[in-house]
Amino acid sequence: MTTTADSKLANRRRRLPLYPALIFTIILTQIPFLVTLGISLFHWNIMYPDETRFAWFENFQTVAADEAMRAAIKNSVMLTTGVVFFSTAFGLLLALLLDRKFRGRALLRILVITPFLITPVAAALIWKHIIFNPMYGIVNGFATQIYQKFGGDSVVVIDFISQRPLVAIAVPMIWQWTPFMMLIILAGLQSQPPDILEAAAVDGASSRQIFRSMTLPHLRQYIQLSIVLGTIYIIQSMDFVFTITQGGPGSDSTIIPYQIYLTLFRKYEFGEAAAAGVIVIILTIILSSFAFRLIRNLLETEK
Amino acid sequence: MSTLKVNKPRQKTSLASRFSLSTFAWFLGLLFFFPVFWTLLISFRQEVDAGTFPPKWIAPFTLENYEKVFKVGAKSFLLNSAIASIGSTIVILALAFPAAYALSIKPIKKSKDVLSFFLSTKFLPPIAALLPIYLILKELQLLDNIFALTVFYVAMNLPLAVWLLRSFLKEIPRELVEAAELDGASTIKILYRVLVPISMPGIAATSLICFIFTWNEFLLAINVTGFGAATAPVYLVGFVTAEGLFFAQLSAVSIVVSLPVIIAGWAAQDKLVSGLSLGAVK
Repeated sequence: MTTTADSKLANRRRRLPLYPALIFTIILTQIPFLVTLGISLFHWNIMYPDETRFAWFENFQTVAADEAMRAAIKNSVMLTTGVVFFSTAFGLLLALLLDRKFRGRALLRILVITPFLITPVAAALIWKHIIFNPMYGIVNGFATQIYQKFGGDSVVVIDFISQRPLVAIAVPMIWQWTPFMMLIILAGLQSQPPDILEAAAVDGASSRQIFRSMTLPHLRQYIQLSIVLGTIYIIQSMDFVFTITQGGPGSDSTIIPYQIYLTLFRKYEFGEAAAAGVIVIILTIILSSFAFRLIRNLLETEK
Repeated sequence: MSTLKVNKPRQKTSLASRFSLSTFAWFLGLLFFFPVFWTLLISFRQEVDAGTFPPKWIAPFTLENYEKVFKVGAKSFLLNSAIASIGSTIVILALAFPAAYALSIKPIKKSKDVLSFFLSTKFLPPIAALLPIYLILKELQLLDNIFALTVFYVAMNLPLAVWLLRSFLKEIPRELVEAAELDGASTIKILYRVLVPISMPGIAATSLICFIFTWNEFLLAINVTGFGAATAPVYLVGFVTAEGLFFAQLSAVSIVVSLPVIIAGWAAQDKLVSGLSLGAVK
C-alpha cells in the first residue's frame, strides 16, 4: 500500500513542473476561442449597442451571404494554393542544389534563407515600393533597360499593384516562404542515411534510379509536412495584403483574415466577425489534423 | 575499396554537369538574395539616387538615412519590440523548461496527450482570437500597453517552446536525473543545477526562434497598440504614408527593423528548421 501511495506522490511531484505552462496555455488560448464562439451567436455592433441581442446562427447566414467574404474565401484559396505550390517547387529545387557539395555552399545557404528572416511588413514594403513601383521600381526600370537595348523606344510601365493585385501579393510571399520550404526539404535530404545510398551505388544503381526510388519516397513526408505547415501559416497571415493592397482594388485582393479584420474594426460588426472566426477555426482544425498526423509520423520514424 | 572503383567513373563523367549545377545554384541563390542586396545598396544613398529611372548601380555613399531612422524616433518602437520579444522569451523559457522536463526524460502519464494539446494550440488562427483579446484588454484598460502585449506573445509561442525544448531534453540520459534523485536533489535543483547547464544549446536555439516569431508579429500588435506601445512592424506600416520620396529611408528602416531577426536567424540556422517544423524535423 505504501508503495502505491509513494508512487502516487512521486507521480504528482513529477507532474508539478508541467502545471504553470499548461494552466497558462489553457487560460490564454482556450478562453478567447470560447468567447469568440459565444459572441458569434449574438447580433452585436458597438455603433448600435441598443440592438444587441441573441441571434442564434444569423451571423453565420450573413457571413455566408456576404459578397466580400465570398471574394475573400476565393482569394484566400487562390493565394494560398499559388504561394504554397511555387514556394514548395522553388524550395525543392534549391534544396536539391544546396544538398550537393560545392564551393561557398555555406555562404549561399545563408544568403538564400535571408528573405525568410526579413520582417514580413518590411518585405511587403520593399516589394510594394522599391520593386513594384510603376515609375521608379526596379522591375519596370530593368525591363525598360533591356527592352531599349533590343531596339525598343518606349518605357515599360506596368502597375502590378492595381492591375494584378493578387500577383503583386503572391510574388513577395513566394519569395519569403521558399526558404522555409527549402529548409524542411533540405533537412529531409540530409537525414537520408548515406551508407544506404552508397550501397545502392555499389550495386550499380544510377544516380537517377537512386533519386527516383530512394530519395523521392524518403522526401515525400518532408514535402508533405512543408506543404501542410506552410498552408497553415500562409492562410493565417495578412501582413502582405494589409501592406501592399489593403484588399483592393474593391475586394479584388481581400483574404479571410483581412476581411475579418475589416468586419471588426471598420464595420464594428463583432457578431459577424466572430462567426467568420468560428468558420476559420473549423477549417484550421481540418487542416491541422493532417499536420498532426505528419508530425507524429516523423517523430515515430525518428526513434 | 570496391566502392571507389564503382564510383570513380561516374564522378568523372559528371564533372561538367556538376560545375554547371553549382553555377546554376549560385545564379538562383543570388537572384533570390537580390531584393535584399538592392535594399541594402540604396539604403546607403541619398533619396535622389535611390528611386531613379532607370535604376543606377553606382551612386555616392551616405549614412544619413540610418541617422534619420534614429532621429525620427524609431528608437522607442525598437525598444517596445525589444521589451516584447526579449521579455516574452524569458517568461516562455521559465514556463516551458519545467514543462518540457515533465514531458521528456521520465515522461508523466498522458504526456502524449498533453503534447498534442500544446501542438493544437499552435495551429489555432490568431485572427479568431483577436476580438476577445481586444475586448479583454479594453475592459482592463490595458490597450496600448507593451506588457499586456508581451503576455499574449508568451501564450503564442509557449507551445512551440515546450515542443522544442522537449526534443532537446529527450536526448539526455535518464540515469543522470535518477542519480541526482538518489542524492536527494529536489526537482528545482535537478532542473536548474543539472539540466539547464547541459541544455544550453537547446535553450539558446529555442530563445532565438521565439525571438524571431515575436519580433515579426504584426496582427496582434497593430490592433492592440496605439502610439505608445507600437512595435517596430507597426511603426514601419505607418512610416510610409508620411513623405514623398522615401525609397532610401524606407530601405534603411526596413534593414534596421529586420536586422535583429536576420542576425538571430543566421545564428540559429541549424536549429531554425526544427523550430519551424515544431520539432518534427531535426
